[in-house]
Amino acid sequence: MHETRGFRWFRRIVLTFLTVFTLLPLYVLVVTSVKPLENVRGAFTWLPERVTLQPYVDMWTTIPLARYLVNSLVVTTTATVLALVVAVLAAYPLSRLRFRGKRLFSMTVLSTQMFPGILFLLPLFLIFVRLEDLIGIEFTGSYTGLIITYLTFALPFSIWMLAGYFSAIPEGLEEAAMIDGTSRIGALVRVILPVARPGILAVGVFAFITAWGEVLFASVLTDTETRTLSIGLKLYTSQTDTLWNELLAASLTISLPVVIAFMLVQRYLVSGLSAGAVK
Amino acid sequence: MSTTEEQGPDTAENPPAAGPAREPGVRRPRRPGWFLPYGMVLPAAVLEVLVHIIPMALGIYIAFTSLTQLTIRRWTTAPLVGFENFVRGLDPGNALGGALFESLFRTTVYTVLVVGLSWVLGMAAAVALNTRFRGRGVLRTLFLVPYALPVYVAAILWAFMFNQRDGMVNQLLVEDLGLLDEPPFWLIGENAFWVLVVVSVWRLWPFAFLMLLAALQSIPEDLYEAAAIDGASTWRRFTGITLPMVRSANAVVLLVMGLWTFNEFNIPFLLFGDVSPESARLISPLIYEHSFVNWNFGLGAAMSVLLLIALVIASVVYVRLVLPKGNGNA
Repeated sequence: MHETRGFRWFRRIVLTFLTVFTLLPLYVLVVTSVKPLENVRGAFTWLPERVTLQPYVDMWTTIPLARYLVNSLVVTTTATVLALVVAVLAAYPLSRLRFRGKRLFSMTVLSTQMFPGILFLLPLFLIFVRLEDLIGIEFTGSYTGLIITYLTFALPFSIWMLAGYFSAIPEGLEEAAMIDGTSRIGALVRVILPVARPGILAVGVFAFITAWGEVLFASVLTDTETRTLSIGLKLYTSQTDTLWNELLAASLTISLPVVIAFMLVQRYLVSGLSAGAVK
Repeated sequence: MSTTEEQGPDTAENPPAAGPAREPGVRRPRRPGWFLPYGMVLPAAVLEVLVHIIPMALGIYIAFTSLTQLTIRRWTTAPLVGFENFVRGLDPGNALGGALFESLFRTTVYTVLVVGLSWVLGMAAAVALNTRFRGRGVLRTLFLVPYALPVYVAAILWAFMFNQRDGMVNQLLVEDLGLLDEPPFWLIGENAFWVLVVVSVWRLWPFAFLMLLAALQSIPEDLYEAAAIDGASTWRRFTGITLPMVRSANAVVLLVMGLWTFNEFNIPFLLFGDVSPESARLISPLIYEHSFVNWNFGLGAAMSVLLLIALVIASVVYVRLVLPKGNGNA
């Protein structure tokens, strides 16, 4: 495309501003995480007095970070895998089969996405407590309640995206398999899933990231043993002091994997969102 | 649809949203395998009912009780009080209701600002990066980082930077640039609202960028070439080609961002703690405060019901006005 001078200036200004806006906090994150403690206690300095990796060592012993990491991994991974299975099962008939109540189902699922989380927090907690009394399974203070919650919260978005991906796959593919005698479920598993793999991966990463960053329900449904990272990080702050270098070192460490995963799949995420949107 | 499987298809005929009306009373014979779709959506339906529908119904019920921390363990016995919570909490004349409507207004302003700024930044970046130049891929990845970061990391980081005594922002504004004489407080008082806007935009604009860039890339190049031959200016090409071509992407992006922002809880909760400063008190944190700080669950639930009604009305109006017909996967 032909570029005018004006456009080139527009591009320079926009990109410079946004680069500074984006990078400045990220720079603070990185530089603070390699500062010694006495250096983060006074006024902010742009450069560390000396670069040290000590915060990355100490952060594991100041608080039980490893346990919170394991808790987050268990809850998030389980919720993501289950959400994918449930969402694949629900998305397939939505994109391929005709059945009564289909529109009602998809509208209900989609509309629950717009409800504020705060609306569900107390009632869900009460239901979990009541169920504990009734059937004796621990829902609060254990992984179970959190997994069920995250799993369901990931569903509307995942179903929407996956139905979009499935609809983009030509129906001829499964029909050929079904003429060969495969059942519909068999065709779904053997034909559709492999083709839709990038999309499924993208949905999985999205569900993972959402659960990984969740704060509200984690604060109510966990106890000291099952606390996840989003709540556990608060413990770097005592009543008098915050160990900012360790807190930010830990933040950086737990962010890196999800940021990298997001970068790897974001292309598929966009195509899925757009496909779901225009349908 | 949540109920279709449990109650059987017979009752599924009545709900108004169950699809176009068929001739009443005429039942087509069931094809073999008719249960397959129902079986497949069943797990999702059960979870939706357990985690969304029942809690929502329970929330509405709680709004009519005087549930407090004293009755919480035996919540089934909390006394019903009729519309008392609504009258007390939603009357603009008294302090509680006044604060609620102020918060609703503030949340609306906040949503318009955050969504508007995020859209402008996302669109500008998408237009700028939809051209070929060196370093394009690096910038594209960089811009997505704030969105990929866990929200609590972003909020912790900004709280650190906006610290009054020795934060980066005051270091920059007071010491380095000399723009201010006194280091202002950011996380309390009037400034808190603007901090909230900045942090929210920082995290949200990459989403607009990601979606709009994808929409821009699907516009055929020849449209621009034809316009350039006709002598259309860059601005004219933007308003004449780009904007109309991304209209449907825009409609979805604005709706999704609007709902997320209006319901925002995490960022204020992480920046300010249990109780936000008044200038930054959004509706979700306000409900949290009434429920879990003041322990007045009935009042909190009544406010949630009001919020829900407002959101449903706003969304329906928006969908009717803006979205093309037949949206959704049905």
